[in-house]
Amino acid sequence: MMKKTFWDRWGTPLILLIGFALSMALPASGLINPYIELVLKYIGINIILTISLNLVNGYMGEFSVGHAGFMAIGAYVSSILTVWVFPAAWEGVLFPLALLAGGIAAGLAGLGIAFPSFKTRGDYLAIVTLAFNMIIKSVLENLEVLGGPRGFMGMSKLTTLWWVYLVVVLVVYLARNFVYSSFGRGVLSIREDETAASLVSVNTRQVKVLTFVFSAFLAGLAGGLFAHELQFINPRSFTILKSTDMLVMVYLGGIGSLGGSILGATVFTVVMEGLRSVLQLLNISQEWRLVVAPLMLILLMLFRPKGIMGLREFRFLIPLQERSEAIQKAREAARTQRRIGEVQS
Amino acid sequence: MTLLQIRSLTHWFGGLRAVHDFNLDLLPGELVAIIGPNGAGKTTIFNLITGVYVPSQGEIRFEGQSLIGLQPHEIISLGIARTFQNIRLFKELSVLDNVRIAHYARTHYSIWEALLRLPRFGQEEQRVRYEALELLDIFGLADLAEVPAKSLPYGQQRRLEMARALAIAPKLLLLDEPAAGMNPAEIDQLMDTIRWIRAEFRLTILLIEHQMRVVMNIAERIKVLDFGQTIAEGTPQEVQRNPRVIEAYLGEETIL
Repeated sequence: MMKKTFWDRWGTPLILLIGFALSMALPASGLINPYIELVLKYIGINIILTISLNLVNGYMGEFSVGHAGFMAIGAYVSSILTVWVFPAAWEGVLFPLALLAGGIAAGLAGLGIAFPSFKTRGDYLAIVTLAFNMIIKSVLENLEVLGGPRGFMGMSKLTTLWWVYLVVVLVVYLARNFVYSSFGRGVLSIREDETAASLVSVNTRQVKVLTFVFSAFLAGLAGGLFAHELQFINPRSFTILKSTDMLVMVYLGGIGSLGGSILGATVFTVVMEGLRSVLQLLNISQEWRLVVAPLMLILLMLFRPKGIMGLREFRFLIPLQERSEAIQKAREAARTQRRIGEVQS
Repeated sequence: MTLLQIRSLTHWFGGLRAVHDFNLDLLPGELVAIIGPNGAGKTTIFNLITGVYVPSQGEIRFEGQSLIGLQPHEIISLGIARTFQNIRLFKELSVLDNVRIAHYARTHYSIWEALLRLPRFGQEEQRVRYEALELLDIFGLADLAEVPAKSLPYGQQRRLEMARALAIAPKLLLLDEPAAGMNPAEIDQLMDTIRWIRAEFRLTILLIEHQMRVVMNIAERIKVLDFGQTIAEGTPQEVQRNPRVIEAYLGEETIL
């Protein structure tokens, strides 16, 4: 019994620590080749993007199709900082600040989108985010200072595997805390029945804006990591196709689930990378990869609209106080003599 | 002092006048029923009180404060809870979460405290969990706390909806046809439940009903609506004898 509580309490931190050690040791020791390392980083970045979009599309039940726009803002803002603003000697140390600034800039853009969009419900958000994604892309293409359509470069390779790992752990932690809070329950109630939610005191507007800003912030973080991995970004990296990839990962892994987001991002990244090798081997054009993601999305929507993990969660992602044993214990503590005795059915 | 004061409330849906010149003074502790045939405008009155619709004309005051122009969640936070004619639970969510969601306005921590799990978050969450489970225990639903609301049988869903409404800690409870879909034995139980929660939680209750017999022995005052108009009001006995009521509404039942 004691042992079990020990593992419940310390198991997750311990595993996280080992994971961090591995994320530092593996690339350095040469046990994994640079390609595997790159795929691992992409998995991490995609996990962040999937959690970001899942908050809006999965948990809240709204429909954003333009999250690549927030990713672009995070990528460009963080790159501007590390290339132009931070002194070269300090860029390694200041990298987290650049990421944070990218996230905040994306979050502010999210705020600008959320206010008008959430005045009404329905397909409005999809249209606004779609337009937003296109606007961001064409603005970037026309900003000569940022390289226009040629893109922006000069970033150092600051995105190490352990940085990706740290940010992913932090994002999962923050998202979990959000989901298992009064705000998170508000988000879920909006998906279930928005009118009923407002009629049991949920400030639906506040919840929607908070969630959307938080989601945009996370996409911005991912954009910063992405830019400092590739060391070169251009507006074409952040088109509707990128947003489509995110949609596929959300609906593959499962709506309303952090575990599902992790799973969806991992499976999708591995499948797409595998496909790259297969196409190369068979000497078929890589263009076909562009067909696969939208096709997967259609098939998922038809046959498994809630995804692999839809609305379920891995045990290790549920806070201790919310696990079944804790609820049962709390239930015993809350036993009361006040009872509608005579009307028990 | 009146708890709820409604003055010449009128509401139009396009060319249809759903509510016409409705007036009501609700004293603290009272149980008043609004009855009338289907389509008489009863639920519309609830929707006007709770801010789902903004009235075309008239005034609604709760404890002296005007409710006109307030958002639904602001009105609810003042201490007005309601249930729905067709049960509107958060079906996919657990029984416990259904009740906890109704604590939204009374949960006092910021988004930062939630994201970083600061001490106040823990304290508040513990309090909310305790209060919600206690309420579920009162309604005999505590053992089902982790079950999704959709898997409860009809009667328990009705009770959960009432528990969820009480989680708001209301002063005024609006019950919208709580007896809908119930058989006579269940209706008797329901009447007992309403009496009990009224005393236990010191509630003022405004009750909408479709069936006259339901309200006859629990309401102190009854207002009878027909086509948006108030056609009679008074004690159950007075209303029962009112010729307009008999003509408009009870008539059908006496034939039966």
